Amino acid sequence: MKDFIIPNDRDMGTPAKQGAPVTLEIDGMAVTVPEGTSVLRAAAEAGVQIPKLCASDNLEAFGSCRLCVVEIEGRRGTPASCTTPVTPGMVVHTGSSKVRKIRKGVMELYISDHPLDCLTCSANGDCELQDMAGAVGLRDVRYEAPENGGMVNHFEARNTSGETNPEWLPKDDSNPYFSYDPSKCIVCNRCVRACEEVQGTFALTIQGRGFDSRVSAGNAGDDFLASDCVSCGACVQACPTATLQEKSIIELGTPDRSVITTCAYCGVGCSFKAEMNGDTLVRMTPYKHGKANRGHSCVKGRFAYGYAHHQDRILKPMIRDRITDPWREVEWDEALSFAATRMRGLQEKYGKKSIGVITSSRCTNEETYLVQKLARAVFGNNNTDTCARVCHSPTGYGLGQTFGTSAGTQDFDSVEHTDVVVVIGANPTDGHPVFASRLKKRLREGAKLIVVDPRRIDLVKSAHVAASHHLPLRPGTNVAVVSALAHVIVTEGLMNEEFIRERCDWDEFQHYADFISNPRHSPEATAMLTGVDPAELRKAARLFATGGNGSIYYGLGVTEHSQGSTTVMGIANLAMLTGNMGRPGVGVNPLRGQNNVQGACDMGSFPHELPGYRHVKGPEVRKVFEEAWGVQIDAEPGLRIPNMLDAAVDGTFKGLYCQGEDILQSDPDTKHVAAGLAAMECVIVHDLFLNETANYAHVFLPGSTFLEKDGTFTNAERRINRVRKVIPPLNGYADWEITQMLANAMGAGWSYAHPARIMEEIAATTPSFAGVDYALLEEKGSVQWPCNEAHPEGTPLMHVDGFMRGKGRFIVTEYVGTDEKTGPRFPLLLTTGRILSQYNVGAQTRRTDNVIWHEEDLLEIHPHDAEVRGLKEGDWVRLASRAGETTLRAKLTDRVSPGVVYTTFHHPDTQANVITTDYSDWATNCPEYKVTAVQINLSNGPTDWQEDYAAQAAQARRILPAAE
Amino acid sequence: MSPEKMVHMANQIATFFKTQPGSDRSTRVAAHLTDYWEPRMLEQLHSYVATGGKGLDDLVIAAEAEIAVTRASV
Repeated sequence: MKDFIIPNDRDMGTPAKQGAPVTLEIDGMAVTVPEGTSVLRAAAEAGVQIPKLCASDNLEAFGSCRLCVVEIEGRRGTPASCTTPVTPGMVVHTGSSKVRKIRKGVMELYISDHPLDCLTCSANGDCELQDMAGAVGLRDVRYEAPENGGMVNHFEARNTSGETNPEWLPKDDSNPYFSYDPSKCIVCNRCVRACEEVQGTFALTIQGRGFDSRVSAGNAGDDFLASDCVSCGACVQACPTATLQEKSIIELGTPDRSVITTCAYCGVGCSFKAEMNGDTLVRMTPYKHGKANRGHSCVKGRFAYGYAHHQDRILKPMIRDRITDPWREVEWDEALSFAATRMRGLQEKYGKKSIGVITSSRCTNEETYLVQKLARAVFGNNNTDTCARVCHSPTGYGLGQTFGTSAGTQDFDSVEHTDVVVVIGANPTDGHPVFASRLKKRLREGAKLIVVDPRRIDLVKSAHVAASHHLPLRPGTNVAVVSALAHVIVTEGLMNEEFIRERCDWDEFQHYADFISNPRHSPEATAMLTGVDPAELRKAARLFATGGNGSIYYGLGVTEHSQGSTTVMGIANLAMLTGNMGRPGVGVNPLRGQNNVQGACDMGSFPHELPGYRHVKGPEVRKVFEEAWGVQIDAEPGLRIPNMLDAAVDGTFKGLYCQGEDILQSDPDTKHVAAGLAAMECVIVHDLFLNETANYAHVFLPGSTFLEKDGTFTNAERRINRVRKVIPPLNGYADWEITQMLANAMGAGWSYAHPARIMEEIAATTPSFAGVDYALLEEKGSVQWPCNEAHPEGTPLMHVDGFMRGKGRFIVTEYVGTDEKTGPRFPLLLTTGRILSQYNVGAQTRRTDNVIWHEEDLLEIHPHDAEVRGLKEGDWVRLASRAGETTLRAKLTDRVSPGVVYTTFHHPDTQANVITTDYSDWATNCPEYKVTAVQINLSNGPTDWQEDYAAQAAQARRILPAAE
Repeated sequence: MSPEKMVHMANQIATFFKTQPGSDRSTRVAAHLTDYWEPRMLEQLHSYVATGGKGLDDLVIAAEAEIAVTRASV
């Protein structure tokens, strides 16, 4: 694709290589490149653009288009420069009359089977075929169909007599975001190779041979939507013509400039080019220099941004006295003074600690920092929490205790160096798709995979990828499985004693070794509990301990348990036992759910910690902020989200400012959340849409999308990435401005003029961010914290020479069964998860065409469990737990084991969280979403609760017509 | 919060520290509680212990006593 304004973004033809320097001569210029580099890339490095069509620098060379031919002195013929590696002293001529003639001939053949509708083509100005025709100087096409030989092209539907052309295929518009027009295809294979090499789905192939060769998705009879295609956009990105084209480009035209920004979906934090035509966003494409994604994307970041302009979006502030009243649209001043007066009034009536905030992992670092500052400096309490409470708070606790810092140890590039990967309680192909593609690439290169998950996730077996071991444990037994792995490693003497002696606390280790060697932790002893085959578990442990660089990636299937923090510590133990720490290819890697979970935690969102994970009890830490903010800071921890709701029901917590988070849908035990919200006297929801929580709100402050503001997100690898404003906020203000206005309405006197000023304050007060500023981010693109005097360019790998806390600490991890137990009334275990096309509560993705892939939440159930209950595929089933009941449709699959059922929580009308209980992690109160004892049976339709809920929601969402 | 829920949460913490080595388990439970529990939660625990502390793990009762001493001396 053509470059717009971003320098150094041009296609170098073939991938970069690493190797000893090789010097050669290209068109009289000496060029030095790493060994293994292609002549095509070497020429590009020297500034010589050799014409090409089938080559792209994110794909291995293929050598099919023959356009990049060159002459090399001393060699016969005209080799393709993309498949020819450089050799020392090689003398290359890229523009001899011989190769020019060949290229012109090749282009003439291509164009003879391509329509000449360039002016009205959607790729006009953005077409490599067009560019190459120009570059080789093609002026006419001599080839014509033979007389009486019928039509021999692929692009005309009918001949002049109206006879149909059997070679012509209609456009495939089945995918909502891009179209496939076979008539424009030049069969360069780039899309097929991108699907294989970049995405790793293998959904595309070339069907037929020679002149009959056609790109085909799936099997015969499939269209793109029916095929295995996951709509990541890699093929569209790779296509040099209009064959695979974004529908937004077809509709809106090609971009004229682009802005680099960061995706607002999952914790991978992909860099994107927001491509603009005037002030209209026409396309999002993955940025090849983005260090998290390296030029790749998924269906959410690439395509699902249309929610910004969805009709449901609220753009005017609204207030109401009671939640039974309809909303009333007001001006900003009125909304803010209404909110400020109420909040201050509550503090006067019920005490300073009667109000609090919830910061958002979907908002920027700067916004999050301001929201927690609002609680600490303006409300005068520590009642601040974040949605990380309900996902990765055990990661913070567990890694803090063992390593001394609350973060993943690696960068995503590290996966390219790993030999054995353990994935525990994560489903990367759905939850973290771009990381999954990078992982699958490494697996295809030979790395081994161990999956610990109750469900047979896609990674266990998919195209060209298979797990060496899948340990399908019963939900709730993570600690027993992780301890059994450690038991095998210790009792079979597979640990790395040298590492442990040098890097860890030896006394703690000896105690741990005694503990874990006890036969009660053996795979055989725990098998009855965990349901995992002991022989398979032993093999997995041996593979991890002896297979080379071992890395562990984990997700919410680890944290969201009564023993979430204990499992995180167990994972840290495994990494320390095997010495898998402090170099590329190893480490402990939490896959963060939302885009800025890491950042929200870093920014002091938790009620016990000031920014940089420093407990509020420390007077020296409070002093830093007291001096910066000119206030007294409370030395005692505030309320966590579940505690806020409990206190609300008790009548001591009365007011909440909730930014960009939908606790009513996403938090467990919906009825309890609803009761807590209903008991509050002032709920301020700051969001894009009237979300479920807003049903109980008194003030609605319209928010801005990531396209409409400046700031930074910090992804799962601690990488601080810039978010850049590409369009003005449709609601009038960026979210940081709204928080500032609310603070000022309560008398704060803040005067930040730009998020860069907020980052300056963060850097000045938080040692791990001391070196971060917007100028550095402009220069480097991104940095990973810690970024300070000791690490001026950031820290890709942590704990390289020693742990942050000094010596790594082994912690005893005794398995304790959850109190959520199955029994005669609730014999099945429900676990929950996500699906690729939807994100979290679905507030954004449900408002895009992504619903075509997932329009409702389904209950996965094993055919055996279905049969004994008389359930068939697609039946309405009632799903009941001790907490509540709901209905949804059944999907029969052996992905789940007998005794286990599974669903997603993307749709509010399903309300999966009516079912989940209020059990939580012992250390952090992170809810136990992943284990709920349930019963299911046939149902006629929605439950009374679902009907009452829908009625209340409809009532609560009424908006009075604006006064004339 | 309901007393049952508070007892459950406090006992969960005690259950973890009971498995840990050392003779300072009640101190570590006390430290965990003061680090993460908001004062009104500690107050609820305190009153609950004062009225008998039914269902609470002994380790929680011991930890609560340590917290009460520390808070009284501040």
